[in-house]
Amino acid sequence: MKRTWPQSFLWLTLLIIVAIALIPILIDSASLREDLFLTLMLVILASSINIIMGYTGYVSFGHIVFFGLGGYFAFFLMLNYQVHFVLAALASGVGASVFAFLLGIPVLRLRGAYFALATIGINEAVRSFVTNFEPFGGAVGMFFNYAVYDAYGGARNALWFAYYAIVAVALVTVAASFLIKKSKFGLGLMAIREDQDTAQVLGIDPTRYKVLAYTCSAFFPALAGAIFFFKNGIIEPGPAFALLRSIEGLVMVMLGGYGTVTGPIVGAVVYERLRAFLITNPNFSSLHLFIAGLLLLVIVLFVTAGVVGWLRQRVPLLRRYLE
Amino acid sequence: MILDVQNISKRFGGLLALNRVSLSVQEGEILGIIGPNGAGKTTLFNVINGVYPPQNGQVTFRGENITGLPPFAIAQRGIARTHQIVRPLSELSVKENVTVGACFGREHLALGAAARVADEVLEFVGMADKRDMLASKLNVAQKKRLEMARALASRPLLILLDEVLAGLNPHEVTDVLGLIRKIREQGVTVIIIEHLMHAVMNLSDRVVVLDYGAKIAEGTPQVVSNDPKVIEAYLGDPKAAERLLEGST
Repeated sequence: MKRTWPQSFLWLTLLIIVAIALIPILIDSASLREDLFLTLMLVILASSINIIMGYTGYVSFGHIVFFGLGGYFAFFLMLNYQVHFVLAALASGVGASVFAFLLGIPVLRLRGAYFALATIGINEAVRSFVTNFEPFGGAVGMFFNYAVYDAYGGARNALWFAYYAIVAVALVTVAASFLIKKSKFGLGLMAIREDQDTAQVLGIDPTRYKVLAYTCSAFFPALAGAIFFFKNGIIEPGPAFALLRSIEGLVMVMLGGYGTVTGPIVGAVVYERLRAFLITNPNFSSLHLFIAGLLLLVIVLFVTAGVVGWLRQRVPLLRRYLE
Repeated sequence: MILDVQNISKRFGGLLALNRVSLSVQEGEILGIIGPNGAGKTTLFNVINGVYPPQNGQVTFRGENITGLPPFAIAQRGIARTHQIVRPLSELSVKENVTVGACFGREHLALGAAARVADEVLEFVGMADKRDMLASKLNVAQKKRLEMARALASRPLLILLDEVLAGLNPHEVTDVLGLIRKIREQGVTVIIIEHLMHAVMNLSDRVVVLDYGAKIAEGTPQVVSNDPKVIEAYLGDPKAAERLLEGST
């Protein structure tokens, strides 16, 4: 019973996500669908950042670069070669992973703050490059003709299609995050997070493990980017490589609990709800980033483990049941 | 011969930490390494397990030249070590710490098998009741034991123990000495750095003495403990002490 629990926990988590994701379909609500689309996208982003930051201990500030690149790759393929969306999205995931792999080999040699700074630099460099890269539309970006959506049953259906896609990717991301954590690979990553030199003395090749973790963590944001900009119909360098969203991703991971599977999910949901509340509330609408910053400060100073981590520390029983 | 160290030199800036040190270890033996503080004992371990590449010289393990290999490659070949200053993986549980050793060591075990080995080894070192604790919550004696468990879980052929007895109370020392003997009985070769003289003299088949980075003596515990050069390294010139005493009378 105890041995099978972690698996049951994964199924339970996925089931809850599916159950919630079904609601807008059942009541045919477009506004709820858009809310959940955004939330699930943030879940994907936060869970991916958690693989490199929470499991491996490398804070990736510029992780949004993979989201943007994924969006651009897929958009480019769909626009110029009429590639089917699903194929284009998968190709963009692979493309972003290859990029992360090649980049990771030199950059992951850096430790601590230097790595974090380098990832910001990468995001800014890629954004500048794309802004000046004509095949990607340069500073203007690219946009779809509505006819593109005909292949998916018209624009209205395409929105639903994008929703199904983001649900599927969110499920796969959460499952991957869980499986990595519970695998030998994940144990190696956590050993590196705790003490890279000791991990090495125990037989772990740190470079190989870190680069692999970085590669995995680039795949899912790229898919999310592909779906997001497919739905948007337009992609520009600014929104694609928005550093702000990257930092919000870090806040979500910290808020929920880095290094746990459910932490980034809880963090993404809570943060998104909080933001939605603040933005629509006339008293706070311009303050939501201020409050996000404050929140991060409070977490870093007082509850470093985040919500899920804190619960696990406080209630020993939960350690066995809450991943 | 399981390990052969030939003419190793290691320099840190102006400090010659190891000066043409050679030694060899027979399979199944317990070799003690002693010497005053700063003699280069830990540096020697760091060269053997690949943390520092030596400036010159060669380390041969079971017939293979392992000089300059990275530490993880050496660990996978079957050399495990403990650290003088304990380095637990703090936010992982005791059992996870030991599982890491089993997973990535010589046998490349899968997670399930590694977890079973971890349980066995924790039983062996007498820490089975601590398995679910976070490693950071252990006291120093327990952390030292964890270091040993982690090293043993990798099923090493050679284990390098760096001052595993320092800071333990007499009761714990007796415990760990018994443990080291049991490790040897399992066929693991042991090199041990130790300051606790009676312990190392009791335990070791042979002792190597380092001073200022050079090997000054080697032999059975009896031979080494009567060697004037060794006494001088620890206590200063014994003749000088005698002369001083004579002069005062």
